[in-house]
Amino acid sequence: MRPFTYQRVATAAEAAAAVAGNPAAKFLAGGTNLLDLMKLEIERPAHLVDVQDIEGLNAIEQTGDGGLRIGALVSNTALAADERVRRDYGVLTRAIVAGASGQLRNKATTAGNLLQRTRCPYFYDPNLPCNKRNPGSGCAALEGYSRQLAVIGTSDKCIATYPGDMAIALRVLDATVETVQPDGTERTIPFGEFHRLPGDAPEKDNVLAHGELITAVTLPRPIGGEHVYHKVRDRASYAFALVSVAAVIQPDGTGRVAFGGVAHKPWRVEAAEAAMPQGAAAVTAQVFADARPTEHNAFKLPLATRALAGVLAEAKG
Amino acid sequence: MDFNQPAGTNLFDNARVIGKPTPRIDGPLKTTGTAPYAYERHDVAPDAAYGYILGAAIAKGRISAMNVAEARRAPGVVAIVAAPDVAPVGKGMGNVAPLFGGSDVAHYHQAIAVVVAETFEQARAAAALIRVDYDRTPGAFDLARAAPHAGAEEQDDGAGDGGDPQSQQTPKRIGDFADAFAAAPVKVDATYTTPDESHAMIEPHATIAGWDGDKLTLWTSNQMIAWSKSSMAKILGIAEENVRLDSPYIGGGFGSKLFVRADAVCAALAAKEAGRPVKIALQRPLIANNTAHRHATIQRIRLGAGRDGRITAIAHECWSGNLDGQSGEDGTAQTPVLYAGANRLVASRVTHLDLPEGNAMRAPGEAVGHLALEVAMDELAEATGMDPVALRLANEPTGEVPGKPGTRYSERNLTRCLTEGAERFGWARRNARPGAVRDGRWLVGMGVAAGYRGAPTQKSAARVRLEADGLLVVETDMTDIGTGSYTIIAQTAAETMGLPLDRVSVRLGDSAFPAAAGSGGQWGAASSTAGVYAACVALRRKIGEQLGFAADDATFADGRITAGDRSWALTDAGAQVAEDGIAFGDFQKGYDLGTYAGHFAEVAVDAFTGVTRIRRMLAVCDAGRILNPMSARSQVIGAMVMAAGGALMEELVVDTRFGLFVNHDLAGYEVPVHLDIPHQEVVFLDTVDPVSTPLKAKGVGELGICGPGAAIANAIYNATGIRVREYPLTLDKYLDQLPQVA
Repeated sequence: MRPFTYQRVATAAEAAAAVAGNPAAKFLAGGTNLLDLMKLEIERPAHLVDVQDIEGLNAIEQTGDGGLRIGALVSNTALAADERVRRDYGVLTRAIVAGASGQLRNKATTAGNLLQRTRCPYFYDPNLPCNKRNPGSGCAALEGYSRQLAVIGTSDKCIATYPGDMAIALRVLDATVETVQPDGTERTIPFGEFHRLPGDAPEKDNVLAHGELITAVTLPRPIGGEHVYHKVRDRASYAFALVSVAAVIQPDGTGRVAFGGVAHKPWRVEAAEAAMPQGAAAVTAQVFADARPTEHNAFKLPLATRALAGVLAEAKG
Repeated sequence: MDFNQPAGTNLFDNARVIGKPTPRIDGPLKTTGTAPYAYERHDVAPDAAYGYILGAAIAKGRISAMNVAEARRAPGVVAIVAAPDVAPVGKGMGNVAPLFGGSDVAHYHQAIAVVVAETFEQARAAAALIRVDYDRTPGAFDLARAAPHAGAEEQDDGAGDGGDPQSQQTPKRIGDFADAFAAAPVKVDATYTTPDESHAMIEPHATIAGWDGDKLTLWTSNQMIAWSKSSMAKILGIAEENVRLDSPYIGGGFGSKLFVRADAVCAALAAKEAGRPVKIALQRPLIANNTAHRHATIQRIRLGAGRDGRITAIAHECWSGNLDGQSGEDGTAQTPVLYAGANRLVASRVTHLDLPEGNAMRAPGEAVGHLALEVAMDELAEATGMDPVALRLANEPTGEVPGKPGTRYSERNLTRCLTEGAERFGWARRNARPGAVRDGRWLVGMGVAAGYRGAPTQKSAARVRLEADGLLVVETDMTDIGTGSYTIIAQTAAETMGLPLDRVSVRLGDSAFPAAAGSGGQWGAASSTAGVYAACVALRRKIGEQLGFAADDATFADGRITAGDRSWALTDAGAQVAEDGIAFGDFQKGYDLGTYAGHFAEVAVDAFTGVTRIRRMLAVCDAGRILNPMSARSQVIGAMVMAAGGALMEELVVDTRFGLFVNHDLAGYEVPVHLDIPHQEVVFLDTVDPVSTPLKAKGVGELGICGPGAAIANAIYNATGIRVREYPLTLDKYLDQLPQVA
């Protein structure tokens, strides 16, 4: 870990300005991912701006149009346990409790969860090439151990996955991300546009500008239906998804679905959802039409179909 | 005390303390965080500086340049020891590459520098500033490629694999396997692979080293104190009497701490350089590639049998690799012992690999050997149309150990383990037709496997001191690696001296104490308690001499001594000390001392996703007198968890381009969590083994990992009809064979 300076701020605007003014600064909230990465010197910020004191970011409030506004600092535990979330957005609660451990969920925040970095093993070993960790050094995973890695939306620079669960549910719920930009103005980012694909710049996980601070995640009005999060993994808990399925299925068989563990972002193809009543294979044929798996992770394609088939069968059940 | 013949009736046959479920003495210390582990022993060296090890960034080659100038200037840095500046240290027991020194790199993450600083964070930050240039050399990292003929069809006589000539070991043959196999009406011929595995114990290797003149003390985490004391002397080239190890609490070892590792060597070298004590714990990412691991294997099994299931020909060949091309994983270890059969062949071959050191991990050999043999038996059961339990019973040996002519079983109750296990588990409810049982989305199946693990004994000594107030202090360098040694030793001393358990104080793990068996190879419990018994018998005799009675005819109970019509308080002779040990005679060589188990598992496989979840596990164990059923059960269920991990998820993944285990942390190397292990049951048969020790006890710490993995694999087959022979049995290997669902 490199020595760093540390600052606590009271407002979102102050936080954004503090980070924007220093190219080596980063925000710190729960720290469940950032601090680990700093110990390994994968992240090397010279300055940390701790946002945990900012007022008003720790609440879950009703919005004018019947949705929910979730403050950036709301812990994963609090969000998953919220009565309104459990009642109206069950897929979100189920996704959150499928991730990490109780201790981590107590500390991890809503905004921080969106910003967790990939778990690609090559990203974690500073001796090995990784374009995400060290741009231009190459991608050791492309021809390496890629069983856990992405099958779609990849580039020849990076096949990392976004590792989280909560974001897969937020994607299927059509959430939006609210931010404060360094100049103090606010912006709203549709969830599908928040995470990037690796392309030529895999070091950049999302569309946030340096110094842009997430203040909230907003959920639109509840859409009813059966809410399912099915996570497939080698061990029963405390493991990242091989494939996960976040789905909301309506009584008439229509619905929405997003996949985790398959791409650099939560993977949803809205146009494919029209095929839901025809069954899983019809949906995934479109969702994964452009898949480019490796020899080690090609199983994720039939697995995604089978996982969705299980979800649809149980929703009917 | 010499143990030169099987034990007769003795006090342990009417035991009051031994054999009773007894909570671990160290339990409250562990659960309240007050058992100090090596790295937390702040009292022994309050001025200790922090060391941090830099691991090599390449798998094989040479350091062409190392620049530590910037690191030396970093805040808080006290000293730096760079490997190129130091001659390679000597090799201790078990080490296949030097643990430090010189410019050659033998494996990834080999220690190449130690940075010492005032704080851990400073040492770690400074280590990141060391610049190293390397000349890389190509290496052999792929077992399948290094042993190209492993499992090959043409190898019907088990001779040479045509690879590295170093790898040849003489196959052991009995009868004529080739002819008998060719003639057998029912045959199984299958090849199984098991991956490299990590011990993944909770406490990493850790040491505080301090010098007092030329005397070195290591407060460390080590399973084998006497071995490691002499190894440390050899490694550093110093006199053995100048080395002291102290290791009272150990947060898991599983074989990883049998031998001295880089933490101890680097702490000793760095403490000398720094002129003050230095503490080092290996950072988690170093555990996989810096220390040792269980070797991957390729195993070919051939079974020839009559239509009645009786085996006529059995061959087990195993291939593994290591840096020295010699010390491998012998998956055949159980095969000479487990089943009858007149014509036999076993061979274990080791080839050269440039991966980090392979070495002992819990039940080396047998743990992975059962994953092959006991699945092959399941395949034979199906080929003969027999029930898998019945098939095993049909191949129960009579008389000598079939693969070890001239050797008898000391005690063997495998048939009871299997039949009582089948009864308890509800085996009769198993549907023999694979893929026939459905519970909602789950395919459900049951599997069985036999288990065998050798029960070796090792000489073991102790000192016992009766204090004037009647407290009995036991001192031995035996270790407690979370197994319950403190408790069974206290039970043994309490039983022999006729004291309540709370009047016995046990001190372990200090090389200043008499040398014990140590914790390894499942020999620790039986051997060390026998050694403590020997010391207590010597103490009884000493007291008898003082008070004028024949101790061997006296009764020691309730703090009193009774001989004939006379009686004394135990303390009547005042404070007394005695030291003795147990030495096991050659008569044991005429026996196969082993432990046995019947392992049963029920699993459910998700018909949609292929996810396998264990529903229940049962082990019925035959392991001689169980000294403490409570800690013995913990040992067996822990080993069953580890077996489940080995069957379903654990794998150190080799990147054959870079020559390293790439998933070198606990996020990448998955071991089971609570949710993976819903229900476990352990039953100990009420057996004793008089050939083993005066207590008629044997170890159980490794028996529990020999067989359950195969039972799980067989249960998956029963659930799905899919046979996967490549461990771990992850869903990607059979997803395409599951029933159509979409």
